Amino acid sequence: MSRRRKIVNAVMLSLTGACTVFVVGVLFVILGYLFWNGTRYLTINFFTKLPVPVGESGGGMANAFVGSAKLLLLAILIGVPFGFLGGVYLAEFGTGVFPSMVRYMTDLLNGVPSIVMGIFAYAVVVAPMGHFSTFAGGLALGVMMVPIALRTTEEFLRSVPQSLREGAMALGASKARTIATVVIPAAIKGILSGMMLDLARVAGETAPLLFTSLGNTFWSPGWNKPTAALPVMIYHYAQSPYEDWHRQAWAAGFVLLALVLVVNVTARQVLARTSHAR
Amino acid sequence: MSAAPTVVPRSRASEFVARLRAGDQLAYTLTVVCAASIFLVTCLLVYELWTGSVLSRHKFGWNFIFSSTWDPAREEYGAVPFMFGTVVTSFVSLLISVPVGLGAAIFLSEMALPSISDTLTFLIELLAAVPSVIYGLLGIFLLVPILESAVVPALKGVLGFLPIFSGPFFGVSLFSASVVLSVMIVPFIISVSREVLMAVPVDQREAALSLGATKWETTWQVVVPHASRGIYGSIFLALARALGETMAVTMVIGNTPRVQASLLAPGDSIASVIANQFTEATSDMYTSALIELGLVLFAITIIINGLARLMILTTGARVAK
Repeated sequence: MSRRRKIVNAVMLSLTGACTVFVVGVLFVILGYLFWNGTRYLTINFFTKLPVPVGESGGGMANAFVGSAKLLLLAILIGVPFGFLGGVYLAEFGTGVFPSMVRYMTDLLNGVPSIVMGIFAYAVVVAPMGHFSTFAGGLALGVMMVPIALRTTEEFLRSVPQSLREGAMALGASKARTIATVVIPAAIKGILSGMMLDLARVAGETAPLLFTSLGNTFWSPGWNKPTAALPVMIYHYAQSPYEDWHRQAWAAGFVLLALVLVVNVTARQVLARTSHAR
Repeated sequence: MSAAPTVVPRSRASEFVARLRAGDQLAYTLTVVCAASIFLVTCLLVYELWTGSVLSRHKFGWNFIFSSTWDPAREEYGAVPFMFGTVVTSFVSLLISVPVGLGAAIFLSEMALPSISDTLTFLIELLAAVPSVIYGLLGIFLLVPILESAVVPALKGVLGFLPIFSGPFFGVSLFSASVVLSVMIVPFIISVSREVLMAVPVDQREAALSLGATKWETTWQVVVPHASRGIYGSIFLALARALGETMAVTMVIGNTPRVQASLLAPGDSIASVIANQFTEATSDMYTSALIELGLVLFAITIIINGLARLMILTTGARVAK
């Protein structure tokens, strides 16, 4: 073998290793930098106090935590039932032209940029009602959850062995009963993990909230008023010229990332275990 | 008398069957309605974008996507500066992330032990879970200072004669946005490319190796071409993501609607102008023009996504054979 080929081989293969190290390194830099900055500025006030005007110190983002929780609750109420039941349809009744059209549309909807989803919620809720609201933001996030909720449900139901369905039916169970008491319980772990991943994804979404739930420096009672949300706060605070607000943005960024990553790692581990068991 | 006993059980049986059927029918109806809601939402989305942009579409027609004037004060709107920014940042981010991503995918599928490969892929996929506003935060406070102090002076030293690296650098720029985007899309390229590379049959590799090819030659001349369509698919998927990315880009691109040759100059993108100006839009025409930008973005991403899925599907079919 010629020397040149050996050298090319060695160089290129080590380059691929370098690429991998580089990308993984970027992840650790991101995590480390956020951890370092975030924990430095994290205080009890951050979780319990309202934002304060520029110049005063000691404010927090309590309203943004509550706002984000409310928005995510709405998103779950909208996204999960439609996604789950739609997924059951695709997995259990889904043969023919209509289901494959649904699948295609779902993938299409999944690829729609989040800012366009914001316009959608604006046009459907904010414009007719004449004001920004928690509900509009929750709708935007909920609609964004549907495609992934639907496809994960379908995927995990499909992975349930056909023999289980046949066994249930042989015992005289109807199709609906088979699905509800045999098929869904067998796949529930995977489905729930998929839903958690889906939720973690929309929890960090900012763009669809900018002109639906807008933002608020105070508490937002009910569902009909603009509300603060953690990602939107980070956006506004990071872009402000004030040191104090930058510190708050770091703390908020750290908390948001920690929540998202904890959910991600847990859900993925459950998924990995279920797929190994299979 | 003799008819009654035969009729009663039959009616009971058919009632039972009917109830069963009703349960099945109920389940079917409920689930099919939820599945159909996808259609409803997609159609409603297109309808809202179409009717919301009617003012702007009627006034400007096709000029909207050929005019480079964006002047809210004079009510003149053209999409060119934003389409330019979106396309340039996405393209440059691909230039950075495709070689790195493909390299890493090759390492993970061809070189690394399966357990190490799985762990590293798990970590890399976490990059895709980081919210985009956090990339923006890091972009402003971590990346821009690094670019300002080290990367850009070096680039200008070596390639400063090129128009794309000319002019002053203020930190926020098309280039900064491209770098942030490249970190955001590289996990997609790696995880999809790794999958399609691993799906290439082992005998392909063995055949090439037995003919005396080196490991690299086998990988580059046999395995990669075999998976090429899936790799292109992963690149298109990443491209679609880059085109629609909003927050991280908005925070570092500079929000200046101008078409400039230099990557170091501030620019703007379709998604960022919508994010920045939508709540400030004072007139109906202004809002309408922004919604039309949304329509343009929607159309572009739909086309790119469709192409990506088509490519990954056809590779899957070929590998399965």
